[in-house]
Amino acid sequence: MSEFLPDFRLVRPQSLDQAITALQSEPGARLCAGGTDIIVNMRRGLVEVETLVDLSGIADLKTLDLDGNALRIGAGVTLRELAQHPGLIGPYQAIAQAAGLVAGPGHRQVATLGGNLCLDTRCLYYNQSHWWRKANDFCLKYHGDICHVAPKGNRCRAAFSGDMAPALMVLDASVEIIGPDGARRVPLAKLYREDGTDFLMLKPGEILTAVHVPVQRGKSTYDKIRVRGAVDFPLAGVAVAWRQDADGAHLFQLAVTGTNSMPINVDIPAPLGKDEDPDPYFATLEKLVQKAVSPQRTSTIAPHYRRLSVSALASRLARALI
Amino acid sequence: MKRIISLKVNGSPVEDAVSDNMLLIDYLRDSKGLTGAKKGCDGGECGACIVLVDGRPRPSCITLVATCDGTEIETIEGQAQNGRLTPLQRAFHENLGAQCGFCTPGMIMTATSLLRDNPTPDDEQIKEALANNLCRCTGYVKIIKSVRRAAEMTQEMTKVTS
Repeated sequence: MSEFLPDFRLVRPQSLDQAITALQSEPGARLCAGGTDIIVNMRRGLVEVETLVDLSGIADLKTLDLDGNALRIGAGVTLRELAQHPGLIGPYQAIAQAAGLVAGPGHRQVATLGGNLCLDTRCLYYNQSHWWRKANDFCLKYHGDICHVAPKGNRCRAAFSGDMAPALMVLDASVEIIGPDGARRVPLAKLYREDGTDFLMLKPGEILTAVHVPVQRGKSTYDKIRVRGAVDFPLAGVAVAWRQDADGAHLFQLAVTGTNSMPINVDIPAPLGKDEDPDPYFATLEKLVQKAVSPQRTSTIAPHYRRLSVSALASRLARALI
Repeated sequence: MKRIISLKVNGSPVEDAVSDNMLLIDYLRDSKGLTGAKKGCDGGECGACIVLVDGRPRPSCITLVATCDGTEIETIEGQAQNGRLTPLQRAFHENLGAQCGFCTPGMIMTATSLLRDNPTPDDEQIKEALANNLCRCTGYVKIIKSVRRAAEMTQEMTKVTS
């Protein structure tokens, strides 16, 4: 890792308008909230930044409103606040659980919801020192012309590793985006695309400002697989939301992170009937998860192991909810 | 680019001109001579660089000092008062919580923040709070014991004085 950060200009806007102006007027500008990801990447020479726009001083981004109707979380709310929020229980539990499992307590202190949703994709061949990557002729994600994970493919396979996205996707969340053309709202799942180098559907000059979650019934939960119990990025993370319909059948929604270049929703076609035998149902669910995910050699842990363990985790979480 | 920031370091008000790209750890170690916080992994993973910013543990190797304008920084150097160690420092010393010592400043600062929030933590709470701090010598058993002992010492002291 380089000894010093490359030179850049730090801008600390106090309002969203100032932030958008700064982002537009400086071509090489990048956003920074807690900085727990981008500062590390800048030190490794992965991101070249001329101007860093620090969003941590914008009070408008730090509000969380939860009432009987819906939940709105500002993008600047820290993961620590989410993990400890007394209202994020029952149907919203997955949000607090996911936030509490990100990195370590020192990171969660400053790391934000918006930062985790926009977290850069990760790969064994990318998150390395400049020397290491240079010796390997770089890669598609940085100045190279090959993906070392899938050399015959034509796209970057770096894995999306944010924990918050699946937890919010199973709750049908949408994101509020403000940019030069005004504000827009899109379903969270539509914020991402399956391309490790270009995984975010944000236009230049746009800022993700808040997440909306519609009113929920039932329960939700999140857990992840990683080598160590803390700090590590997920090898795979699973969020499950559960509710019962009028006939007592169990409906599940399931989303996965860490296995693809974007967080993915896993389609579960049928609900589990009230008196149906759960074992075959969950065996089918495991197969569906295995089919939906596409773990690659982006970490030191074998893709096959990650495929099997993510499906096992999915059915374990779903079973625990009913 | 440089800017003027004002902050408190271990209780003393400081005003300094710092570069936009200066990290908190470099500021503390190189500008202030406070070399207690260590550079370990240099990527926010090991916790050897942890100091308290406004009372909360923060990996200083991934924190820009310019973003700490107006905050209060506490480092290991500010812990002992008039030559008297804090209960945590004493407990680490007496219970072999430190071996090579490289992780100790980060451990003690994180534990300091924990004990302020929760004066009687159980082992699980200690482990959770120290999840950011790696130690390659002790195997953590003695560290957890040291924090537990420091909490007991503080409780005993409070009883004596009240």
